[in-house]
Amino acid sequence: MNAIQDPEAEIVLRLSGITKRFGGLVANDAVSLSLKRGEVVALLGENGAGKTTLMNILFGHYTADEGEIEVFGKPLPTGDPNAALGAGIGMVHQHFTLADQMTVLENIVLGTQSIWSLNLGKARARAKIRELATDYGLEVDPDRIITELSVGERQRVEILKALYREARILILDEPTAVLTPMETEALFTTLKKLVAAGLSVIFISHKLGEVQSVSDRVVVLRGGKLAGERTTSETTRRELAELMVGGQLPVNEIGPSTPRDVLFELRSVSTPSLGGAALRQISLQLRGGEITGLAGISGNGQAALAALIAGTLEARDGDIVVHGAPVERWSPRAALDRGLGRIPEDRHATGMIGDMSVAENVISEAYRSPRFSRFGFLDWKAAAAFADEIIKAYDVKCPSPEARVRLLSGGNMQKLILGRALDGDPDIILASQPTRGLDVGAVAYVHARLIEARDRGAAVLLISEDLDEIQTLSDRILVIHRGQLSKPSLRGERSVMELGELMAGHGVDEGAPHAA
Amino acid sequence: MRLEPRPSSAGAAKILWPAGAILATVVLSSVLVMIAGASPFTVFWLVAKGAAGSQFALLETLTRATPLIFTGLAVAVAFRAKLWNIGAEAQLYLGAVMTVVIGTGAVTLPSAGLIPLIMVAAMLTGALTLLGPAILKTKFGVDEVVTTLLLNFIVLLFVSMLLEGPLKDPMGMGWPQSKRVVADAQLPRLIKGKRLHFGFILAIASAIVVWVIMKKTTLGYEMRAVGHNAEAARFAGIPVNRVIAKTALLSGGLAALAGFSEVTGLKGNLTLDLSPGYGYTGIVVAMLAMLNPLGVIAAAIFVAGIFVGADAMSRSANVPSYIAEVMVATSLLTMVAAIMLMRYRVRWR
Repeated sequence: MNAIQDPEAEIVLRLSGITKRFGGLVANDAVSLSLKRGEVVALLGENGAGKTTLMNILFGHYTADEGEIEVFGKPLPTGDPNAALGAGIGMVHQHFTLADQMTVLENIVLGTQSIWSLNLGKARARAKIRELATDYGLEVDPDRIITELSVGERQRVEILKALYREARILILDEPTAVLTPMETEALFTTLKKLVAAGLSVIFISHKLGEVQSVSDRVVVLRGGKLAGERTTSETTRRELAELMVGGQLPVNEIGPSTPRDVLFELRSVSTPSLGGAALRQISLQLRGGEITGLAGISGNGQAALAALIAGTLEARDGDIVVHGAPVERWSPRAALDRGLGRIPEDRHATGMIGDMSVAENVISEAYRSPRFSRFGFLDWKAAAAFADEIIKAYDVKCPSPEARVRLLSGGNMQKLILGRALDGDPDIILASQPTRGLDVGAVAYVHARLIEARDRGAAVLLISEDLDEIQTLSDRILVIHRGQLSKPSLRGERSVMELGELMAGHGVDEGAPHAA
Repeated sequence: MRLEPRPSSAGAAKILWPAGAILATVVLSSVLVMIAGASPFTVFWLVAKGAAGSQFALLETLTRATPLIFTGLAVAVAFRAKLWNIGAEAQLYLGAVMTVVIGTGAVTLPSAGLIPLIMVAAMLTGALTLLGPAILKTKFGVDEVVTTLLLNFIVLLFVSMLLEGPLKDPMGMGWPQSKRVVADAQLPRLIKGKRLHFGFILAIASAIVVWVIMKKTTLGYEMRAVGHNAEAARFAGIPVNRVIAKTALLSGGLAALAGFSEVTGLKGNLTLDLSPGYGYTGIVVAMLAMLNPLGVIAAAIFVAGIFVGADAMSRSANVPSYIAEVMVATSLLTMVAAIMLMRYRVRWR
């Protein structure tokens, strides 16, 4: 952002020496941070670096073990969320906190006045909201019900809510994770207007590109500690990445693809909905030797598509064709028997059984094969040997094959899932959000394995909400919107903005007319 | 107050927490004993003596533990797969019904053929009793806690009807009881002239078999996987509904063995007081054993000891034997708390 840096600007927020421990884990280790008036500070760090803990302390959800917080020169009482609100700090959470069945106006004034006076102030409140909305580019109709709004609009309501309460400091936690590229642009414009009006913003993110385009200063956290602080205009993407990871970044090379036969096909398949949109008559072809990327905003049918291919969701109609032959009854077992490797979206809920051991988990898809059991009796030695094999080949950090999976980090869990899914070199691979929540090193590792599978001729479907990931890895890109697929485009054929248009539902081909 | 998962529970903790739970049970029950006007030390000494202080006491405790091992195993197996079988009582009674249907003269065979035949038939009856609720659960999402619990009352009334009607012993002086099973259908006593019978050996053997199933077989693996995380099990291609059905068959069959062994080993006939709630006490036994099949043996003997010991104590200390019920119930609560504390650390803010 091009705001003129004023070294004399008033410091509105100062965190000094914040330390927070959870048992043996130090989530924040003597972290200090200051925020000036009219400034955007990006708080950058990987998952688990302590960003959210720090903000939760600022917001009174946790009490720091050591350290002090000062807002506008006054110490902030700890452990009291109301104190933070009262001191002029507003927070926009990653997961919105709106009452879905109420109007925008009601949501914004909720909690700001006595319920008995709700009707009296409505006209005034409406005027104030309209004014804030036009001033900062937060257009949204105050009288619409939240459920009717898009994700981007809901976020605007959250920001309006904070502004309505006279927040002078705005904290945004991973605000772009749910937005289309256009909505992200609009959000950045809003942020520029806010700081121009003298507000200060803390922008929490792990995406370097965004951090560079929106912030004045970057504070990098790593492993709970302050890893460094840079003025955005004087640093590079590479430097920030290395601060974040604490070393050299692994780089994946992806060569040109050599497309082969279609190995997996959906022919006008519809499904019931599953935590988001249902699939409506979608057709899809996955070719060997290619990574097909599926982009889309969360909740547009990705979950249903992943579950359908994995075998856990039954299709209403349409055909599933594997290796050219339509499948009669599709199930997880059928998928495995036909050589699918599947990486589920949710490691904890679907991928692994946390209370069972590493060995027990890695055999869960193959325990009935003669390799692991005979006459109904399991061969635990073979299971432990297989676990050891995966632990070595995939560099899983775990004490032993007997260790409970719950104790492993997300990245190590994902490596186990990869090892299980890719065992026996499956030629069709479903990777659903395979890198969500992983640190940069683990992400690079997962990507390398997917590229490796593609290069040996497997058909890979990569479902991701991270457009960067899709664009880097995919030979062919599809966009899903409200349960329907766009026409595929080849690598580099569509720009980010064009993909963004499709993600927002503009120009999805074969789209049925919308009910609204 | 917040709960944080402990990184792991070491071997020693697996002994110390249950031991602590039992200690807490004793302390809590002491309060009631003092209210009843007796000294806790005397009372617990008398309970211990009554449970294990003589050969007679010990044999009586083992006799009482026999049905509890079966129902405890039934519950442990089902709970492992998160099939909440609260209906071991019903399965026990229907197993007993099948035992007297076949064993009172309908089939004539030598002992070596008749006893296994009755046993298998009883197990099948119990197995099918639990299969119904299991299918309702998997097909229609009906809560098995409700169905199995309510089935207990239905079955008890059904048995009552049978004992007043088709199964009523014509020579029973009008009492609601069945005919006695024939001599060839009776389990031998382990010691001449004492009540401890072959059912106890069968119970120990069953515990070992169940332990092997849970630890070594694909079925046990499937049951544990389904119990810990059904969604992940389904994703991995484990046939979750079929596993639940198999669990129900195994659990129901084990509970029915309690009825079979009480009739053929101890009572000889079926009456409405065949089980003073062994099906429900099986839940306590399974929880005390932390669902470990071999632990069930120890837990069943412990619980049986409290009941037998309390009976003896009440005769000499003038404290009602209901204290046994209180102790068993308290031990369930303290054990549940201990299991939680073993897995989580409590943090006060």
